[in-house]
Amino acid sequence: MDDFYREFILDHYKNPHNFGELPGATNEYHDTNPLCGDEITMYLKIDADDRVEDVRFLGKGCAISQASASILTDEVKGKTLDELKAIDRDHVIASLGITLSPARLKCALLSLKTLKGSAWGLTEWPGEPPKASATGISDPGSRK
Amino acid sequence: MSAVAAKVAGPLDVARIRADFPVLARTVHGGKRLVYLDNAATSQKPQAVIDAMSAVYTEHNANIHRGVYEFSETTTAAFEGAREKVARFINAPQTREVIFCRNATEGTNLVMNTWAREHIGAGDRIVTSVLEHHSNFVPWQQLCQQVGAELVVVDVDDDGRLRRDQFTAALARGPKLVAITQTSNGLGVVNPVKELAAEAHQAGALILVDAAQSVPHLPVDVQDLDCDFLVFSGHKMLAPPGSGAVWGRSRLLEAMRPFLYGGDMIARVSVDLSTWNELPWKFEAGTSAYVDAIGLGAAIDYLNAVGMEAVHAHEALLTAYVLPKLLGTPGVTVYGPKTLEDRVGVISFNIDGIHPHDVATIFDSEGLCVRAGHHCNQPLMTRLGTAATTRASFYLYNTIEECDALLAAIKTAQKIFKV
Repeated sequence: MDDFYREFILDHYKNPHNFGELPGATNEYHDTNPLCGDEITMYLKIDADDRVEDVRFLGKGCAISQASASILTDEVKGKTLDELKAIDRDHVIASLGITLSPARLKCALLSLKTLKGSAWGLTEWPGEPPKASATGISDPGSRK
Repeated sequence: MSAVAAKVAGPLDVARIRADFPVLARTVHGGKRLVYLDNAATSQKPQAVIDAMSAVYTEHNANIHRGVYEFSETTTAAFEGAREKVARFINAPQTREVIFCRNATEGTNLVMNTWAREHIGAGDRIVTSVLEHHSNFVPWQQLCQQVGAELVVVDVDDDGRLRRDQFTAALARGPKLVAITQTSNGLGVVNPVKELAAEAHQAGALILVDAAQSVPHLPVDVQDLDCDFLVFSGHKMLAPPGSGAVWGRSRLLEAMRPFLYGGDMIARVSVDLSTWNELPWKFEAGTSAYVDAIGLGAAIDYLNAVGMEAVHAHEALLTAYVLPKLLGTPGVTVYGPKTLEDRVGVISFNIDGIHPHDVATIFDSEGLCVRAGHHCNQPLMTRLGTAATTRASFYLYNTIEECDALLAAIKTAQKIFKV
């Protein structure tokens, strides 16, 4: 258990990076994990070159869901929307570095789901093949 | 008597009871003993129930109410025998008032789709409470929205006890139905259903009792409660999932239209017309989950042999042991009644700084099974101002040692999270 709740996960949980609302956000996406009530709103500020100028999230929930969002937001800053597509579920799981049971997997992946939702307006669970109609950034999705 | 049972010194020989439940002997996570404290979600099954169900498959499986051969008659007799056991267990005046269904949820939906659809219309009111499991909330919410009726939701006080003043005020508004739980699955609070039924009747309303969390843990007598409908699930009372029952007053059931249409529920079918079977089969379309129902009968035999008063007393003893200790643990918030009055062995709590899911993950690593989440109680969680809680719930096979394991696991979680 000490290994599961390793120091860096607890650090991200207790002092999450990029936490809060993002003034001037161009995109936002809110979702919950209905099983446990984990909640994340992902804010993105996308510049004219389709690059993530800034990112923040608001959320509440377990250490896994919130640490995952903290770690993920660190990573996406400065990336283009196209580059975000390379971030998949395996990548998110690897960045947490722990073995997750199926029940806890949903906690870990809520951040990715909201990121995709915010970036592209996707609604399906992360890690599933994106629907052709929903992958294009030309789709305004949830853009404000 | 084992050390565990001696330490309990309560009404039950717990060591002997535990020996009847094969799963309780297993270990998890590389040799840790299983501490099963998620009984409000579902209960474990004794060998007697497993054997009764196996016996159907290995000795006399045949569809009920159909075959003329002896096998079929044996199965039919076992199925209808289970119905009699249910009727006696809840003291139903008539066996034909017991309708088998999959669970309490299906039971609530049965009443919603039959009696309620015929009697609840625009401008009518249904009274329920914020304590309800979604199974006794969402059906009424949806019906009200569909027909333009009003759902009046009675609040609880900060300890989760029903606001009787609000209940009385709600009745003054002339509802046609009160749908209320006898025991909260989220907080363990017991509603005074007998008093509520008397009040409801005085106001001219019928009362449906969600007994999913009470029938497994308390002696329940529908004639004493004087309710109109009562629903419960088998899987929370040592029986298999897929077993459950609705009890209703025969005069109501007689007048109600069927729930599901199809085989077994008819008296006669012509190309133009169908007429309905007698009670209870009018409400049991298609092949029933008869093996599950027979399992429920075996579970009732088991509980009767132990005695429901003793089951209740044992769980009260565990609650009396653990509740004050939890209340005295720094950083722990207990939801629901802080005293033992009108309370059963369902304890919801949170540990400051640790989400319930993380608590449950840490508990799991210690072999402890608890529930973490909203417990199908989202309106209640909102009322309590929390998204989720950790819930420990007891049954007849739990021990004081397991209560100690729970308390120790809380310390472990606090240590890991450094809170």
